[in-house]
Amino acid sequence: MALAALLPLLLFVFPLWKITLEAPQYPTPLGMYIHINDFADANPHDIKNINLMNHYVGMKYIPDAIPEFKIFPIGIVITTIIGLIIAFKANHKWFLYWFIMMVLVSTAGLIDFYLWEHEYGHDLDPRAIMKFTNPDGSVMGFQPPFFGTKNILNFTAHSYPRLGAYFLGLGIALGLVAYYLGRKQTLKA
Amino acid sequence: MRTIKNPILFILGLSLILFSCKDQNQGNNGALTSNAAERVYVAPGEHDEFYAFISGGFSGQLSVYGLPSGRLFKVIPVFSQDAEKAWGYNEETKPMLNTSHGFIPWDDSHHPDISQTNGELDGRWVFINGNNTPRIAKIDLSVFETTEIIEIPNSAGNHSSAFVTENTEYVVAGTRFSVPVPQRDMPINEYKGNFKGALTFISVDPEDGGMDIKFQLIMPGFDYDLSHPGRGKSHGWFFFTTYNTEEASTLLEVNASQNDKDFIAAVNWKKIEEYVNNGGGTMMPANYAHNVYDEETHTGSSTMKKEVRVVNPAEVPGAVFLLPTPKSPHGCDVDPTGEYIVGNGKLSADLTVHSFTKMLEAIEGEKYDGDAYGIPILNFEDVLAGTVSQPGLGPLHTEFDGNGNAYTTFFISSEVVKWKLGTWEVVDRQPCYYSVGHLMIPGGNSRKPFGKYVVAMNKITKDRYLPTGPEVTQSAQLYDISGEKMELLLDFPTVGEPHYAAGIAADIVKERSKKIFNLTENKHKYGITSDADVRVERDGNEVHIYMSMIRSHFNPDNIEGIKVGDKVYFHVTNLEQDYDVPHGVSIIGANTSELLIMPGQTETFVWEPKQPGVWPFYCTDFCSALHQEMQGYVRVSPSNSNIDLTWSLGE
Repeated sequence: MALAALLPLLLFVFPLWKITLEAPQYPTPLGMYIHINDFADANPHDIKNINLMNHYVGMKYIPDAIPEFKIFPIGIVITTIIGLIIAFKANHKWFLYWFIMMVLVSTAGLIDFYLWEHEYGHDLDPRAIMKFTNPDGSVMGFQPPFFGTKNILNFTAHSYPRLGAYFLGLGIALGLVAYYLGRKQTLKA
Repeated sequence: MRTIKNPILFILGLSLILFSCKDQNQGNNGALTSNAAERVYVAPGEHDEFYAFISGGFSGQLSVYGLPSGRLFKVIPVFSQDAEKAWGYNEETKPMLNTSHGFIPWDDSHHPDISQTNGELDGRWVFINGNNTPRIAKIDLSVFETTEIIEIPNSAGNHSSAFVTENTEYVVAGTRFSVPVPQRDMPINEYKGNFKGALTFISVDPEDGGMDIKFQLIMPGFDYDLSHPGRGKSHGWFFFTTYNTEEASTLLEVNASQNDKDFIAAVNWKKIEEYVNNGGGTMMPANYAHNVYDEETHTGSSTMKKEVRVVNPAEVPGAVFLLPTPKSPHGCDVDPTGEYIVGNGKLSADLTVHSFTKMLEAIEGEKYDGDAYGIPILNFEDVLAGTVSQPGLGPLHTEFDGNGNAYTTFFISSEVVKWKLGTWEVVDRQPCYYSVGHLMIPGGNSRKPFGKYVVAMNKITKDRYLPTGPEVTQSAQLYDISGEKMELLLDFPTVGEPHYAAGIAADIVKERSKKIFNLTENKHKYGITSDADVRVERDGNEVHIYMSMIRSHFNPDNIEGIKVGDKVYFHVTNLEQDYDVPHGVSIIGANTSELLIMPGQTETFVWEPKQPGVWPFYCTDFCSALHQEMQGYVRVSPSNSNIDLTWSLGE
C-alpha cells in the first residue's frame, strides 16, 4: 500500500500527458508535454511554434501557467500523505476508500483537462485570420483530442497519457490490489 | 635570341593525332553503363551520401552539392557580393570584404579544403583561397557561412592555397606571382633576383578556428603553382610545385617553359615553426585585413594588421629543399600514406613521382646538385620513386582512392587516367567532356579517402547541354570508381567555374548543421529579443529602427516622422524560432539588396529616402500563408517638417 501511495509522486518526474501535432511541413512533429506543474516543449520552441500556428485560427496562446499547476501538485502530495498514513496506521478497508478517493480525484483532473481543452479549442478570437465552419454551418472548433488521434485541418493531433499518468494509474490499481490482499489476510486470520 | 619553338602548339598537334587513334581503338568506351540512372538517383526526401563543396572560380563563391545526385543545395557567398543573401550588402557583412585596397566585391575562389584531425576529415570548416586580392576564407560548417577572411600580404595570385595540414595546425597560402617584397616602385625587367615568392603559414585555433599568420617564408622569385601537405610519415612537411624558375617577367608561355626541369619545393614547416617559436625571423611592416564574423552579434568586424613575421629560408638550414621535376609541374599531390609526392608536369608527357623516404635519404647524405639562392637542390634520380610513362597529355592533378590507386586528369587529352602507385602502370582511362582541370575524390587529400566516386571538373562543355547563347555552363562529371574500371554516371552543370572541390561523407557534417539561431543568444548591437523592445530612435539625421518580424507581420509596420535627407537604418530581427522560417525585407528605393534573415538573427540595411511620400516595405521571402499581408509603410516628410517620430502596429 505504501508503494501505491508513493507511485503518484513520480508525476513530479515524468510527464502526465503529451499532445503531438503532425503536418507535412513538420517532419519533426510539434509536441507539448503536460506535467503536473508545467507545460514543456517536446523539442525546443515547440510551444512557441504551436502558438504561432494557432494564431491563424484565433486560438489563445498556451499560457505559461494555469491555476491547476498549483492545485494538482498539492492534491497529489496530500493524497500521498493520506495514503502513507493509511498504509501504516489503518486496516485494509481504508485502502479501498483511498482507491475510491484517487479514482474520484483523477476523474476530476481529467474532466478539468477536458474542459480546458474545450475552452482552448473553442474560445476563438472573433477577429481570427481564418474562420472555418463545420458542414452544418457552426463555427469549427480546434479542440485537440482528449484521448486518441484526430485530424484538425492540416494537422493530425495525437493525445496520449505518458509515463507519469501510468505510474499514477499503477499506484491507484495497487491500492485496490492492497485492499484485496489485506482482505484475504483478514479472512484467513 | 634563340628561335622560339612553341611546345604547346607541338603538344596540341600531337594530341590531335592521339585523339584520332583513340577513337578507332576505343570506340564508344565513354558510353554509360546501363543502370547509371539508378546509381545516381536519390529518391525524393532521401539524402545524398556525400557533400561536395565545389568552388565557383571566377564567381568567387562556394557551391554545395550532393553526391551522387549532383543536386545543388546552396551557394555560399565567400568573396563576391551576393544580393540574394545580402552578403557584402548589409551592414553586418560589409566588413567581411574589406582589404588593404578597400572594399572589394569580388574574387576568384579556387581550392576548398576541409579541416582535418589526425589526417582525417573532421567536417568542421572549409578553407578556400581568393586568388586575385590574396585572401583565405573560412566557412563554418555548422552554419554553412563564411565566418572569417584574412588577407595575405606580400602575395599576388594566391594560388597554391588553401590547403590544411594533418591536424589543421596551418592553412597554407602560396603566392603564384612573385612580386617585390615589400612592394615598391621598380622596373619590371629587373625581376630576376629581386622579386620574391611568399609562402604563408596561417595558424588555425583548434577551438574556434581563428586564423593568424604565423610566418611567411620568403622564397626565390618563381611562380608557386600548387601545394599539398605531407601526411602520415611526411607530416611536418609541405610541398609546392613551381614554374617560371627561369624568372621571366614577360611572354611567360614561352619564357617560363624553357627549363627542362622546374622544382617541387619541400618545406619542413615543423623546423621553421620551431625556429619562429624561438624568436627566429623578423617582423616586417605590412598592412592587411583580418575580418571576423561573430555568430552571437551576427556582425562582422575588420581589423587592419600592421606587421607580419617573415623568414628567409637560407637562415634556417635543413628547412627547405628543391626537388627537380620536369616541365612546369602543376598539381602537387601527396598520397594517403605520405610516401609519394606526385608532380603533374603539365608540359611533360610523363608523370613524375617522388619518394619521401628517398628524399630524406638524399638530405641525410647531403647529396646536392647545387643550390638556388642558397636553397639546396637535390638530384632528380635520388628522389625519384617512379614515372608513369606516357599516360596522357597535359597532366594537371592527381587524387587517391586509398586502395593504392591514383587518378590523374589530363587537360589536353581530356581524360581521367587511373594508375597504380608503386608499379606506375595505367589501369584505366575515361574521357571527360571537355578539358578537365581538377578532380575530386571525397577525402582524396587525406589519410582516409572515401574511394567511391571521383568528380571531374570540366572547363568546356560546348554541345553537352542545351545551348544558352555564347556563354554556356561549365560542368562536373561523376564517375564510379568502386570497381577496377571507372564508370561515367552523371554530368551536371555548375555555378561559375568548378575549379576544385572538397568532398566529405554527409554523416560527418549533417548532424552538426544548425537549425536556428537562439534568440536568447542574440547579442547584436541593434537586436531585440521581444516585441517589448521595438522602437525607433533619432540621432541627428540618423534614424535607427529596431524592428521585429514574425509570421506574418513587422513590428512596427507604420512609421512616421522620417524626413528627406535622413539615413534610416532598418535593424530587423527575426523572432521566429522554428526551422526554415526565414523572412526577408526591403523598401522601395533602397540602394542595396534585400535582407534574408534566419530565425533568431538580426540584419541591417540602410535606406536614404529622397522624396516625400508614403513608401511601402514588405517581406521578400514567401514565409507563410499570410506572406502577402506582411507589409508596412514609412511616411517620409520634407526635410524641414516637424512631424513627430511615431511608430505602431495594429492601431
